[in-house]
Amino acid sequence: MHEYIGFVVLFPFIGFLINGLLGSKIKSEKIIGSIGSGVIGISFAIAAVIFFQMLSSPVENRSHIIEIFNWINVGSISINAAYQVDQLSIIMTLVVTGVGFLIHVYAIGYMHGDKGYWRFFAYLNLFIFMMLNLVLADNFLLMFLGWEGVGLCSYLLIGFWYEKNFEKGTTNDAAMKAFVVNRVGDFGFLIAMFLIFITFGSLNFETVFGRAAAFSVGDVTIFWIALLLFVGATGKSAQIPLYVWLPDAMAGPTPVSALIHAATMVTAGVYMVARASIFFALSPSVMLIVAIIGALTAILAASIGLVQNGIKKVLAYSTISQLGYMFLALGVGAFATGLFHVVTHAFFKALLFLGAGSVIHAMHNEEDIQKMGGLKSKMPTTYKTFVIAALAISGIPPLSGFFSKDEILWKVFDAGYWPLWILAAGGAALTAFYMFRLTILTFEGSPRWDKDKHPHEAPKVMTIPLIILAVLSVVGGFIGIPAALGGSNAIEHFLDPIFERSNRILALGHHEVVPTEYILMLLSVVIAVVGILFARHIYLKRKDIAENLSKKYSGIHNLLWNKYFVDEIYDATILTPTLKASDKLLWKFFDVGIIDGAVNGTAKLINIISGYTRRMQAGFTQSYAAYFVAGIIIILAILIIR
Amino acid sequence: MEHILTAIVFTPLLGVLALFFINRENANLIKTLGMAFSLLAFVISVFLFLKFDGTNPNMQFVFKILWIESLNISYNVGVDGISLLLVMLTTFLTPLALLSSWNSINKSIRNYVMMMLLLEVGMLGVFVSLDLFLFYVFWEAMLIPMYFIIGIWGGENRIYAAIKFFIYTMFGSLLMLVAIIWLGYYASTLNGGKFTTDVIELFNIAPTIPLAIQTWMFFAFGLSFAIKVPMFPFHTWLPDAHVEAPTAGSVILAGVLLKMGTYGLLRFAIPFFPQATFEYLPYVAGLAVIGIIYGALVAMVQPDIKKLVAYSSVSHLGFVVLGLFALTEEGVQGGIIQMVNHGLSTGALFIIVGMLYDRRHTRLISEYGGISKVMPVFATMFMIVSLSSIGLPGLNGFIGEFLILIGAFKSDYLGTPAFSILAATGVILAAVYILWMFKRVMYGKITNPENEHLKDVSKREIAVLVPIIIFIVWIGVYPSTFLNKSAASTKQLIEKIEHYKSGNQAATTVGK
Repeated sequence: MHEYIGFVVLFPFIGFLINGLLGSKIKSEKIIGSIGSGVIGISFAIAAVIFFQMLSSPVENRSHIIEIFNWINVGSISINAAYQVDQLSIIMTLVVTGVGFLIHVYAIGYMHGDKGYWRFFAYLNLFIFMMLNLVLADNFLLMFLGWEGVGLCSYLLIGFWYEKNFEKGTTNDAAMKAFVVNRVGDFGFLIAMFLIFITFGSLNFETVFGRAAAFSVGDVTIFWIALLLFVGATGKSAQIPLYVWLPDAMAGPTPVSALIHAATMVTAGVYMVARASIFFALSPSVMLIVAIIGALTAILAASIGLVQNGIKKVLAYSTISQLGYMFLALGVGAFATGLFHVVTHAFFKALLFLGAGSVIHAMHNEEDIQKMGGLKSKMPTTYKTFVIAALAISGIPPLSGFFSKDEILWKVFDAGYWPLWILAAGGAALTAFYMFRLTILTFEGSPRWDKDKHPHEAPKVMTIPLIILAVLSVVGGFIGIPAALGGSNAIEHFLDPIFERSNRILALGHHEVVPTEYILMLLSVVIAVVGILFARHIYLKRKDIAENLSKKYSGIHNLLWNKYFVDEIYDATILTPTLKASDKLLWKFFDVGIIDGAVNGTAKLINIISGYTRRMQAGFTQSYAAYFVAGIIIILAILIIR
Repeated sequence: MEHILTAIVFTPLLGVLALFFINRENANLIKTLGMAFSLLAFVISVFLFLKFDGTNPNMQFVFKILWIESLNISYNVGVDGISLLLVMLTTFLTPLALLSSWNSINKSIRNYVMMMLLLEVGMLGVFVSLDLFLFYVFWEAMLIPMYFIIGIWGGENRIYAAIKFFIYTMFGSLLMLVAIIWLGYYASTLNGGKFTTDVIELFNIAPTIPLAIQTWMFFAFGLSFAIKVPMFPFHTWLPDAHVEAPTAGSVILAGVLLKMGTYGLLRFAIPFFPQATFEYLPYVAGLAVIGIIYGALVAMVQPDIKKLVAYSSVSHLGFVVLGLFALTEEGVQGGIIQMVNHGLSTGALFIIVGMLYDRRHTRLISEYGGISKVMPVFATMFMIVSLSSIGLPGLNGFIGEFLILIGAFKSDYLGTPAFSILAATGVILAAVYILWMFKRVMYGKITNPENEHLKDVSKREIAVLVPIIIFIVWIGVYPSTFLNKSAASTKQLIEKIEHYKSGNQAATTVGK
């Protein structure tokens, strides 16, 4: 079946073409929605069959390259549009199409009545198409096509409601910010690609990674390649210092936040680092940078999430924070564990966003959790599934988030980075706290909304995806039960061949189960439970504590509320100076003043000179006679002097 | 087949002759005839494209006949992989430019169509000439119709812009004329007194000129081309000319005329004077990179859409020059395809600005906002063209930029990847200035009541943009159709240059 992988990619594109070209004429939401979700469903089905066939085939026969056509062939460059079906890409494909399918179905209900209905589904389909190119590509350039392509779709979908205001500007400000910040990251990717090409003479994964294995650890070129690839990853996966676009990306419709800005696109950076793991394995210093950036991002974003009031905003920061965990895992060499967290996170984060969408829908586009409360009884399905997701992300066993997050924490500790472990564990406590702050303020306590609102449970087309995702959030972790708990860590073994070369370089063997692992496991559960109980205590019983704290530490609160003023700093140090200098200095002073001034000045000078010389031929006989005489005198003088 | 090039070049001229017999009041017939002849030229050029053998690096469809016997000057035409795509671009864009101005030109329409056709003759002649004298005649002849198109059908400040355009370019070409004559005489000293301006002969003769004189020649040719490109800091005629030119004028100006500069560099300046090229290549590449970044930064702050697109051309053509002077196959092929890409995307951008101008009679970004709502189909096409311009993978612009950047990155001649890395920042800036402009024009709420009832694109306007968009996607997805045609000629050019690299080193050591 793997030879049909092209169809997995093709179907979303067909959906995009049908809805994009004919959508405005079809008009029927049912047909548009069915086409939009149907094509993703078909893709998922094909991918699932390929996956199960892969499971039943021997390990050495699980990786295949399927060539579609020769894309670019110039000089020494030859790049195919070709797909690589292997353990890593098939997992990503299943997540993208599976979670993507549920979100498409959900959007049928969520986008009901929107005048851009067809446009929305066309963009979503295009997004899936691009994302599949990203994860299935067998070379860096095709991956880059998907990489920039998902950036484009993100841009189009963030600014989907282009007439709407968002925070200080419009939705399109947020969209543009996303695209441009991503492009800064893409710059790193691009340069890395050039370096790869001149170093290995190819952009093909297998060729490049095979040749890279011959390099020694600490090689300078490899260092730069790894670092620049990571710069690309910090853009797409919203890590320090390029995370600033993701919170603003919430300007888009909620299914977009769920699909692109939580479950799939933002994990592209994690996927890319995992795919190119050999470079990272060869550069320990970059690995350390990745781990540190990941841990710092995890805690920084979690701290901002503590005080935000926008329901999607909190989730956005939690996404940044969770992505931080994934990079932390990659940075300590736990590539498979990072991927494991990508999968479980896709389930519970999609669920959280879709639940938030259901709430926003019911509250008539209200996003401020201070104006919610008591929604538990009005929308029971949304509430129950949301709590499941919140428990999962907090790391409560046996839900999916517990296994993946705990595995990350253990790998960090096991690798000896205990300061990073402390940061990560602290982040976990904050996560449990702010997730339950969010849940309680939204669903519990007494209502704080206007009487004219009549919140109600979402229609079935929206709740069924919630229920399915809730089930996945519960059982999703079972694919990675660690040996310490009697499991076999199936996903890690499944991915083993992908990371074989890297693991050999890192000399990571399968570790023995030690008592420390149980202690740490227990500790992380305790941390999560304490965070949850603390949130319950404050926001259900003693709201005054929260108010007092924010008053007492108003400086810190202000700092967190304003997200450490990072946006403002970027504005003041990069954006405004560049614009001002370009306008005043480069354009008005240099271009118009100096260069064009010189051009026009030359013209004027010639004009002035000819103004004088012109007078010599004024037509007066007397002056001609005078020139004549003067000429004779000068000639005579010259002759005499000689 | 030997007359196919002559047929393409002079088909528009037949159109001009035919127009003399049409009543100047009969606007529709005039426009239809103009379209018909320019389309005919396009159809013939498609044959040319299909018949062209991409594996043959040499000139094809050559036709040579003695013209001025005393100076041994011939009417000598031919195409190779380097000029073929530019011929195609010219014949492709001219009918579209005519169609785009179908309703917006009302003043002396017959003269206008004649000027456009004459312009096409001049441009095609430049690309197919294999005799420097013939080349020069076309090069100069093309200035005149452009001068009138800007000066008669242009905006308010058209006279200033037209004269500036004319004198600026004339200044450069006079130097080139001197250099051409010098070359002819130099050839005669080696040829037993036979003056020649035959390009093929000069490919072998010119590189034997000693470096000191080559430098002068390189600069005489180079300056003329650099002004045309335009390279920083010779670019200031461009924003004025673009702002004042009518839409079709801007389309041709940006789409084809600027390519004559980059084409000239690749066809003459580099292969004629390889040693001088090696000597000054870092400086040229440096100016190209400055142009990329500078053009982008200045484009970013323009309040006028047309000026924004004009400065973006300075940036985009900086990429082309960088690619050409990388002197690697990737860089040069990228440069060639990027000339086509720029013609398509910037041509389309000017058409789009013209559509807005036709409706609102202003080019100021601040006058617009929220146009997407009233012109959704227009918005989609505008978006695709914008994405092409910012080099999104899957569309044409990316293919060119990628090849240029990777070609410059690995180039031994440039010696350092720094040029490529700095140039790549232009990719970020392009996203900023294009998307920011797009946002202010197309998104948000409609704030200006005059914009509330704008009509979406008409069938004619769709017919102008869709062909361009087809090629934007085609080149992005399957560039081989076009790259295969330029591959062999590029390879041969690079090999020749490489051959002189070793010779150059020998010469300099002897000199010392």
